[in-house]
Amino acid sequence: MYEHDVLVVGAGGAGLRAAIAAHEEGADVAMVTKLHPVRSHTGAAEGGINAALREGDSWESHAYDTMKGSDYLGDAPAIETLCKDAPEDVITLEHWGMPFSREEDGRVSQRPFGGLSFPRTTYAGAETGHHLLHTLYEQVVKRGVTVYDEWYVMNLAVTDEPDPRDRSCHGVVAYDVMTGEVAGFKARNGVILATGGPGQAYDHTTNAVSCTGDGQAMAYRAGVPLEDMEFVQFHPTTLPSTGVLISEGVRGEGGILYNAEGERFMFERGYANNAGELASRDVVSRAELTEVNEGRGIEDEYVHLDMRHLGEERIIDRLENILHLAEDFEGVDGLEEPMPVKPGQHYEMGGIETDENGETCISGLYAAGECACVSVHGANRLGGNALPELIVFGKRAGQHAAGTDLGEARLTTGKAGDVEEGEVDSPVALGEAGISDEAVADGGAATLTDPDEVVEAAVEAERRRVEYLMNKDDGIQHAEIRARVQKAMTKWVNVFRNEEGLKKALREIRAAREDYQHVYVADPSRTFNTDLQQTIETRNVIDIAETITLGALARNEFRGAHWRQEHQERDDENWLKHTMLSWNNGEPELWYKPVLLEGEEKTYEPKIRSY
Amino acid sequence: MSTQEQKPKNQTETDTESADEDIIAASSPQQRRLREKRGREIESPKETAEQEDTYHLKVFRYDPEVADKQEPRFDDFHVPYRQGMTVLDALIYARDRFDSSLTFRHSCRQAICGSDAFFINGRQRLGCRTQLSDLEEPVRVEPLPHQEVVKDLVVDMEHFYDQMEAVEPYFQTNELPEGELEEQRQSRENHEKIKMSTRCIWCAACYSSCNIAAGDNEYLGPAAINKAYRFAMDEREGEDLKQHRMRIIEQEHGVWRCQTQFSCTMVCPKDIPLTEHIQELKREAVKNNLKFW
Repeated sequence: MYEHDVLVVGAGGAGLRAAIAAHEEGADVAMVTKLHPVRSHTGAAEGGINAALREGDSWESHAYDTMKGSDYLGDAPAIETLCKDAPEDVITLEHWGMPFSREEDGRVSQRPFGGLSFPRTTYAGAETGHHLLHTLYEQVVKRGVTVYDEWYVMNLAVTDEPDPRDRSCHGVVAYDVMTGEVAGFKARNGVILATGGPGQAYDHTTNAVSCTGDGQAMAYRAGVPLEDMEFVQFHPTTLPSTGVLISEGVRGEGGILYNAEGERFMFERGYANNAGELASRDVVSRAELTEVNEGRGIEDEYVHLDMRHLGEERIIDRLENILHLAEDFEGVDGLEEPMPVKPGQHYEMGGIETDENGETCISGLYAAGECACVSVHGANRLGGNALPELIVFGKRAGQHAAGTDLGEARLTTGKAGDVEEGEVDSPVALGEAGISDEAVADGGAATLTDPDEVVEAAVEAERRRVEYLMNKDDGIQHAEIRARVQKAMTKWVNVFRNEEGLKKALREIRAAREDYQHVYVADPSRTFNTDLQQTIETRNVIDIAETITLGALARNEFRGAHWRQEHQERDDENWLKHTMLSWNNGEPELWYKPVLLEGEEKTYEPKIRSY
Repeated sequence: MSTQEQKPKNQTETDTESADEDIIAASSPQQRRLREKRGREIESPKETAEQEDTYHLKVFRYDPEVADKQEPRFDDFHVPYRQGMTVLDALIYARDRFDSSLTFRHSCRQAICGSDAFFINGRQRLGCRTQLSDLEEPVRVEPLPHQEVVKDLVVDMEHFYDQMEAVEPYFQTNELPEGELEEQRQSRENHEKIKMSTRCIWCAACYSSCNIAAGDNEYLGPAAINKAYRFAMDEREGEDLKQHRMRIIEQEHGVWRCQTQFSCTMVCPKDIPLTEHIQELKREAVKNNLKFW
């Protein structure tokens, strides 16, 4: 068994930042990650990092924009923490050498982004995430933090008290992809999940193949509620054939969207009379699909994003990476012609419920970054707000797990206090499909309390699961099951949603669960068995797809990224609340908790959201 | 071991029978499974192979643990083509439809994670950034040369990572401004100077292409030297640290080993002028040494 003070699962932006922070506080910290850190999907972020750095800007203004962007489903303490901490945390990156784009006076550049009242998006070309990721990894190398790379975390080692709030997390179980060894990792202080988003629940996504929602699914099954999962961001500018992201920076620099008739539809069709292309992402995505659905799309599929008028010099200076992406993945020269774009799954606003210090309701279990829901983004994330979330809440989680006193959190976690039971009319049974073999069940640590025993029991359970999957001789393969879920999600749980489609999706997810009972791993090798890894990931994809769809079916209103055909208004009276899903003995339990709109000094009153 | 001489072992429609015989000969449950699976899937390549729009891939296979893969071989896959299809797309298709044990690293699909550098038709390239339509058939996909093969297209990257980490690959400075919110200024010119060097995605294509690295295991290699360049040329680090960095890259297995063959520059998927960076460091070193005389 490996043993450290703090274990960080995942080595993207949030995980690396958490590890650095825990290390700075003197903890013995190790990272366990299924990819080598520099392979993490943070590297694909393009646009930038919002932070109020300049005169004329303020954290209050950033907070207001973020709250409005969230369609009033963000929690004020989370948003205010983000906006207050971001400037210092961005300057820290600068001090670590991050190669930000520069102004003439040598200071870091900022540019306008959608939904922002001030150009506060700090950037490094159109590859900000790449530079962020590498800068953070450099600091991890400098500090000599232990990294177990290509170790896939399969499950958490958590005690099994009836109320999740009484449980504690003592470590993780991981398997070494290179050798197939299954091993326990004990965490003396805490485990921080920083596993990223679940984009692989969809087939048209900007997310990497590795973004399978592992941390969310593991935390969920261990008893931590998942919050606001129905709020999925569809980025308005992805390349039609691959889902590769074309940064919002293009519109930030002045890029224009046109329909097949050559209309600048954001203005001419009245979708956003003030902000136009720089309206919030949910608004632009719906506008594009409306254009396509009404017959004004190009090839009935996409619209055009034109940046030619910006001129070669400016494009090369600030958006060069976009030229390469459009050329390599769509065969289009952005200097000569407009780029085809359509909405694609991009970001999960919801996630593992945490407070401002990254803590979940299970003692010793933390989450940060896209896998977490503090909640900063509410019903819609603003462009440029994901990267500051990584560094601000990654750092806080790392510090807190290492024992630093960050003051008491204002947000509460777990099912307690002012909660409301929820109901959803599902056409099929939900949750775990009858467990035929003990080995596929989660290794609940029963009545164990000793940390070593909790970890060992979890290791045993995972070893049995691996043996079971490897020894099975035939059945259905994960790729088929995953494809079924992805197709259903893309078809029915997309930008436009209705009751009928959501129910169809639930049926498909159910069918996928039943198929999964027969899943088997054909590759017999213990060496680098990606067949096995993806089979385990697919179970996570199914669980997460179900939470997204359930939340969406239950929420009878239109808020932020969640649009419902039958419910065309935001309904603050009934729906100004967070969707919570808890895994209760293998079944999802739906409940709601209030949104916290009271900030430190002011209360954010929900207003009509227009751009 | 010359991978080129391995006799291709076919599992596709052209000689289904011989493939079946091979499989029947082996009797482990896994072999049985594979046989059944192939039986099921053989139909799809058969159908599609008759249409014109398929691409023929020959993919290197090796697994130290699996009986019929211990001797390296090439498998043939015929993958239905759609416009814009990349080598990575084709590999994913082959794995998901024909043989789930086909193993390769990949993640972002957009040339930023650096996981999927392979040796494709005799050259180091990223699978995700290489269009099938730019390649001659059959498309030969092999693991990166000069690195130990773990399985199929997966190579052991440890040595490459060790070299990257040997150059103190992190920013260091003694010149931070006062005040927590005060950034360190950097001129646009200096940012421009290091810009290309910061694009490295650690894919190891350059390292794999370098003859010197192949012959001298301790040679830092182009990627690591480029990483050193990125910091040595960053004006924010200051003069003292620059001297420190020059000492690291001037070591016995540092910049002077480079023989300016440009193979690294040719294969870099991010167009980093690696050889130029190495040459510039050599010039810097000469200047420095003259100064100290």
